[in-house]
Amino acid sequence: MNSRDLSAVLAEQVQAAAASGSRLSLQGGNSKSFMRTNAAADTLLSLQEHRGVVRYQPVELVITARAGTPLTELNEVLASRGQMLPFEPPHFGPTATLGGTVATAQSGPGRAYYGAARDFLLGCRFINGRGETLRVGGEVMKNVAGFDLARLMCGAYGSLGVLLELSFKVLPRPECNRTLLLEHTEADALALCQQLRRRAAPATASFYHQGCLYLRLSGTEAAVSAAASTLGGQMLAADGDIWRLVREQQLACFNAAQSLWRLSLPVTCAPYPEPTLWEWNGSQRWLFAPSDSSGPERWAREHGGSATLFRNRSERDLPRFPALEPKLADLHQRIKRALDPFGVLPPCPYLPAEPVVHAD
Amino acid sequence: MHQSRSPDTQRAAKLAPGFRTLIGSDAVLLESEDQRPFECDGLPVYRQLPLLTLLPADEQEVRDIMRYCHEQGIAVVPRGAATGLSGGALPHPDAVLLSLTRLNRIIAIDPVAGSARVQPGVRNLAISEAAAAYGLYYAPDPSSQIACTIGGNVAENSGGVHCLKYGLTVHNLLKLTLVTPEGERLELGSDAPDTPGYDLMALLTGSEGMFGVVVEITVKLLPLPPCTRVALADFTDIKRAGDAVGAIIAAGIIPAGLEMMDQLAIAAVEDFVHAGYPRDAAAILLCELDGSQAEVDAQMKQVCRVLKQQGARQVRLARDEAERLLFWKGRKTAFPALGRIAADYYCMDGTIPRSHLAAVLTRIAELSAEYGLPVANVFHAGDGNLHPLILYDANQPGELERTEELGGRILELCIEVGGSITGEHGVGMEKLKQMCAQFTDAELAQFRQLRDAFDPDQRMNPGKAVPDLKRCAEYRALAPLAGAQGKP
Ligand SMILES: Cc1cc2nc3c(=O)[nH]c(=O)nc-3n(C[C@H](O)[C@H](O)[C@H](O)COP(=O)(O)OP(=O)(O)OC[C@H]3O[C@@H](n4cnc5c(N)ncnc54)[C@H](O)[C@@H]3O)c2cc1C
Repeated sequence: MNSRDLSAVLAEQVQAAAASGSRLSLQGGNSKSFMRTNAAADTLLSLQEHRGVVRYQPVELVITARAGTPLTELNEVLASRGQMLPFEPPHFGPTATLGGTVATAQSGPGRAYYGAARDFLLGCRFINGRGETLRVGGEVMKNVAGFDLARLMCGAYGSLGVLLELSFKVLPRPECNRTLLLEHTEADALALCQQLRRRAAPATASFYHQGCLYLRLSGTEAAVSAAASTLGGQMLAADGDIWRLVREQQLACFNAAQSLWRLSLPVTCAPYPEPTLWEWNGSQRWLFAPSDSSGPERWAREHGGSATLFRNRSERDLPRFPALEPKLADLHQRIKRALDPFGVLPPCPYLPAEPVVHAD
Repeated sequence: MHQSRSPDTQRAAKLAPGFRTLIGSDAVLLESEDQRPFECDGLPVYRQLPLLTLLPADEQEVRDIMRYCHEQGIAVVPRGAATGLSGGALPHPDAVLLSLTRLNRIIAIDPVAGSARVQPGVRNLAISEAAAAYGLYYAPDPSSQIACTIGGNVAENSGGVHCLKYGLTVHNLLKLTLVTPEGERLELGSDAPDTPGYDLMALLTGSEGMFGVVVEITVKLLPLPPCTRVALADFTDIKRAGDAVGAIIAAGIIPAGLEMMDQLAIAAVEDFVHAGYPRDAAAILLCELDGSQAEVDAQMKQVCRVLKQQGARQVRLARDEAERLLFWKGRKTAFPALGRIAADYYCMDGTIPRSHLAAVLTRIAELSAEYGLPVANVFHAGDGNLHPLILYDANQPGELERTEELGGRILELCIEVGGSITGEHGVGMEKLKQMCAQFTDAELAQFRQLRDAFDPDQRMNPGKAVPDLKRCAEYRALAPLAGAQGKP
């Protein structure tokens, strides 16, 4: 396991860019290149070598690692002490880094039960667009000193800062995990998930596709057996892989899709008019090659959620995110400027185009 | 008592009619007798009369007020129930005080989605009370929950005794509606798990009223756990109690609540509510587990074993719900209980990595002796969130100043071991100095720039939460060792 601290070098590079007015593009393990915008950049800042676990004391339930640390390495370190990142981020490639995971706000199967990446992020060290290295949040469970810039970095795609070090709350791995397979119509599967939520059942992950509902039960051996026996269905002998395959989008349906849409919806939302694969009790749905490209966005909006074009394998250059309403867009621009006044860092992915700002 | 400044009554009288047209005469307080009840929050060592006190009745009135203040260049201090312990809702002599307690409607509960839409002035406990009819509750439970408002909880990112398992306010929100300093309405978040855009909801949580006024909140509701049990363990050595906390977590168990109290706190509580705590213990731990019956039974056995192994003198399980509530009543009334045994008390709120607990408590005891002021410790042990309560008498000349200095030393100690100056009470007026110890000038400047993105005229809750450069320079000149360069 490599460990290298490049924070000083990286800060110098950002300072140089700020001085010369050049634009940087940031790259960790490049596992999520499909999420990249086509924004013009002068220099590529590679973050992969800035890596290694900095502090980890299992009883504190906190781990701090450099942003370039491979996700696989972090998971191994945690697993060796019986702990885990509860939001189970997808990797989308063997080189995925912790920084890229936070920058793109990736959460996996455990999201609906345990929480999202932003829920477990306690603090970070980052370089802002002025080239200053700042530390926000902390390495303790609770910290309300200063504004919560750490969570703001989640899903900012590097547009507000170059992530250097990240601290997460971690949890013990459950004593026992079992996966049940139940055959249901989509409406019945959604209803069952709702019931389970209301019963506080230990169902820590769910996904549904083509008539099959997979449920993961977690907890003590006794609690899992008790829950399984009331639910019925078929218990899978070996289950680890099914959750990995869904999380990594390695099921055949994901690969066939020309354009993959992600719908984030209220948990009470009705079935989508076309077949989907859903997770998170129905609140994250994957839509493969919809017949009309404006359809998902409109439908999601009407149902209180949103749609993003998660993977675009077509020739057409379509926006990844829906447009923000003007007042919100304006606020995004002001926040972007507060952290990156010279426009050195990648553009805000939620805004149509980077405003031109000159250093004065 | 800190200095206060009389508001400009002529200016107030001139502005009052404008506000009266917007929200009616009854809702605008001008006379100082009427405004006196609003002059402080839960940290009464700071008192200040505002320019005017405004009591809007709904969201539209808040927007009208904010627009008018924007046009007139008037500063605004939002206020909930004023239970805050850092002077966050302290009035400002040049600002109107915007009380949100009349916006106290639970707009809707959606039992299927597990959410409640509420106005900011709704009391924290009122949400759980209303949700109970559906077998649901709102998880974050500050000890002040009978009084504090959800708007105040959002502004402080409040916690409670069940945070370790269920998270803070920030983990239990779906949507916020913000009225900006210009009087614009912004909706943040959604009923879905995430929303495209920066995570402004997280940024707003804990922002201490600096970014605008929160006028509507959708919170998550959780199903009431089918089974809840609490164990009370007592120790003759506080270090062992601290180690037991780590040992429970090392065993792979995340208790719903894990609280610790020291001898001074135990005695005060016993005198006050007779919770059944052993008076001769050096420390007690309350460890609550919840979940399915099978889960709780299995884990409680393990917890009892661990507690015994760690040297607990006795481990008692609450026999029934009544005894469980009594055990918690002791914890939740610890502050008022300590309030009875001293003329005044000052509650601190530092967080530390748990492994430093014994060392920090020892150091606090030494500081307590050095300053000649007793300190009781009540502690969200699972989260590493300390509440040292300094007992003092404000009528003794100089004693408040000594208390504040001791408090400051305790917070600096928390920073030294890698913790934070506030876990849940916020910075407010109180911890501006220690902000300069926890953060560098560049970090503080970044916070100010971010505030300016929301509030370019700096009219929201002026002078709170983020210190200005001048104050930091003074602080660093006085306490060179406490400079931010010392942090890990
Ligand atoms: C006995 C006691 C026990 C306590 N226990 C706990 C505890 O266990 N955990 C904990 O976290 N806290 C605790 N507190 C502190 C306090 O109760 C919390 O900080 C609470 O969230 C404050 O709510 P409030 O409605 O009283 O807000 P206030 O004190 O009125 O205001 C707090 C801050 O919020 C801002 N604000 C209020 N409403 C709004 C709004 N609608 N929009 C924008 N800004 C707003 C104010 O400007 C101020 O900065 C305790 C306090 C007491 C007195």
